[in-house]
Amino acid sequence: MAVIIEKNTKILIQGFTGKMGTFHAEEMIKYGSNVVGGVTPGKGGQKHLDRPVFNTVKDAVQQTGATASILFVPPAFAADSAMEAADAGIKTCVAIVDGIPSHDMIRIKRYMRRYSRNEKMTLVGPNCAGIISPGKSMLGIMPGHIYKEGRVGIISRSGTLGYEAAEQMKNLGIGISTSVGIGGDPINGSSFRDIIEKFETDDETDAILMIGEIGGPQEVAAGEFARENMKKPVIGYIAGLTAPKGRVMGHAGAIVSAYGESAIEKVEILKECGVTISKNPSVMGDTVKSVLEKM
Amino acid sequence: MDIHEYQAKEILQSFGVTIPRGGIVYSPETAENKAREIGGSKWVVKAQIHSGARGKAGGVIVCNSPLEVAQATDKLLGKKLVTNQTGPEGKIVNRIYIEEATDIEKELYLGLVFDRASESIMVVASTEGGMSVEEIAKEKPESIIRSKIEVAVGIQSFQARELAFGLGIEPELIRRASETIIGCAKAFSELDATMVEVNPLVISKQKQILALDCKMSFDNNAMFRRDKVSELRDKTQEDEKEVYASDRGLNYVSLEGNIGNIINGAGLAMASMDMIKLAGGEPANFLDVGGGATPEKIVKAFRLITMDKKVKVILVNIFAGINRCDWVAEGIVQALEKIKIEVPLVIRLAGTNVEKGNKILRDSKLNYIEANTLEDAANKAVAALNK
Repeated sequence: MAVIIEKNTKILIQGFTGKMGTFHAEEMIKYGSNVVGGVTPGKGGQKHLDRPVFNTVKDAVQQTGATASILFVPPAFAADSAMEAADAGIKTCVAIVDGIPSHDMIRIKRYMRRYSRNEKMTLVGPNCAGIISPGKSMLGIMPGHIYKEGRVGIISRSGTLGYEAAEQMKNLGIGISTSVGIGGDPINGSSFRDIIEKFETDDETDAILMIGEIGGPQEVAAGEFARENMKKPVIGYIAGLTAPKGRVMGHAGAIVSAYGESAIEKVEILKECGVTISKNPSVMGDTVKSVLEKM
Repeated sequence: MDIHEYQAKEILQSFGVTIPRGGIVYSPETAENKAREIGGSKWVVKAQIHSGARGKAGGVIVCNSPLEVAQATDKLLGKKLVTNQTGPEGKIVNRIYIEEATDIEKELYLGLVFDRASESIMVVASTEGGMSVEEIAKEKPESIIRSKIEVAVGIQSFQARELAFGLGIEPELIRRASETIIGCAKAFSELDATMVEVNPLVISKQKQILALDCKMSFDNNAMFRRDKVSELRDKTQEDEKEVYASDRGLNYVSLEGNIGNIINGAGLAMASMDMIKLAGGEPANFLDVGGGATPEKIVKAFRLITMDKKVKVILVNIFAGINRCDWVAEGIVQALEKIKIEVPLVIRLAGTNVEKGNKILRDSKLNYIEANTLEDAANKAVAALNK
């Protein structure tokens, strides 16, 4: 079983009939993802891409049995859509959208506290590329063909830097069990630690590559978790060595504002936690390879 | 988005925070009158720029007569003020805030930020006002007290009281201090702020609790629902190229080096900058044209980079996914038919249809250096610089 999503995971597209939703739903269907329908309020009862459209996530879940959803909803409405998914019983929700206000993200996280651990939805993103388990299912916007099937897990804030890693690994013959984009926002649905914990118990994953960047405490928290609780090797790269302090580097969350948030400090702390550091972004694949060879 | 001190003060005042009497002027002629209008016998003339540490940079002048106020205003207006936060080019002073001087008995620190670890709003306070929060954390960490706001219910009175007592405020002033803290917290939550800082928050000899200097920043992603706040943006305080970029949907940060770069995706952009540095060069900018790297965005990116006169080499690094390298290559070729580039150009494409993309570039009349990996691209850019 793959981590988070499986081959037959039933997927809903929230914001199904819009331009983005349509385009990426087609890509996901082409990849082999089990897209069972979508939600666009007011268009319930119609068909889109040969699949049913529903007015509410609740209707869609009841009638299709969907357990996963992906949001292609404008930032102003995204928080509402994520909470709707949580309430309807969706287990995994990926928010691709860039630009959700931080205050909204905090509200979503607080809202989800009303569910018990077993009932709680895993929210991934926002501002991310989504999830792919190569050869099984894609719940995201990545180019599926650059991911070779295999046994290394990837967690990345950045979309394109995650692609870069997947391609470097493919060129070295290394495959991926699941790749999860957790997004570049300061407050996100799932942290590095949340996902790394899932990989530790995933019997299809042997090692994990964590691609972080400046800003926030999450990379360090994951490193500390790995030191205390993990047997599988963790490889890390932190982008933003040259980023000036106090400036936002594209991602809303990529800003150094406290001790331990710069690339150099994160690298030092991760090394102390036993994480193997890729010394530059051009050798992420090589670093994974050398770790796998030692196993 | 940052705003000026006087704007932050007006906002906080509307949330029940007391500020000294003051007013904004744009010319020395109106300054003298404004001082008389404010009243009193001592004034502080404060340059309004988007930066802290203005006092040390000569941007705050204490005056003893309306005439002195006019002279100080004349001295500061139109000047570029260089502080330890502005960079060497400084920031232009276009507005002056004149304020009655306060008899300070005690200076405190009050700040509100997002705490990313607990994913909540954190109030930070200290008895050591007047220093930056970094300095306080370094020199007097034991003076810092914190309180986490539960966003579902907002700040509670007891939390504000605890903070006020924690700051050693005398009992008869606790109520006003609590109201001040609650006002700042409400402003933070209700206006999509990312930072509120009152430093110093002072207790005056007349036993008033006053916000002497204020700073507020807001979430750019929430400006769609904050019309009034977004009107406070002052583009004269931002880097000209960064304004150009943000108006065109590009993520750009101007830096000190001379290798300009055009990348898709923020993480890949940071990684490419790191590679440039490791190869012995210095990036001139951070520029993310977005994951999709559409031809329109690439044209805009080239225009932006060529505006920067310190750029001696341009490095393009695009990882094409669904957008395909051949399509990106065509975009680059088209862009460079419109825009003339006089410095060496290094292009690295990767991802979907990379061979096709490189072929399009080779077959074009484009004068460029082809690179394969991230490392190769950075090395070639630095080598081109040294030629």
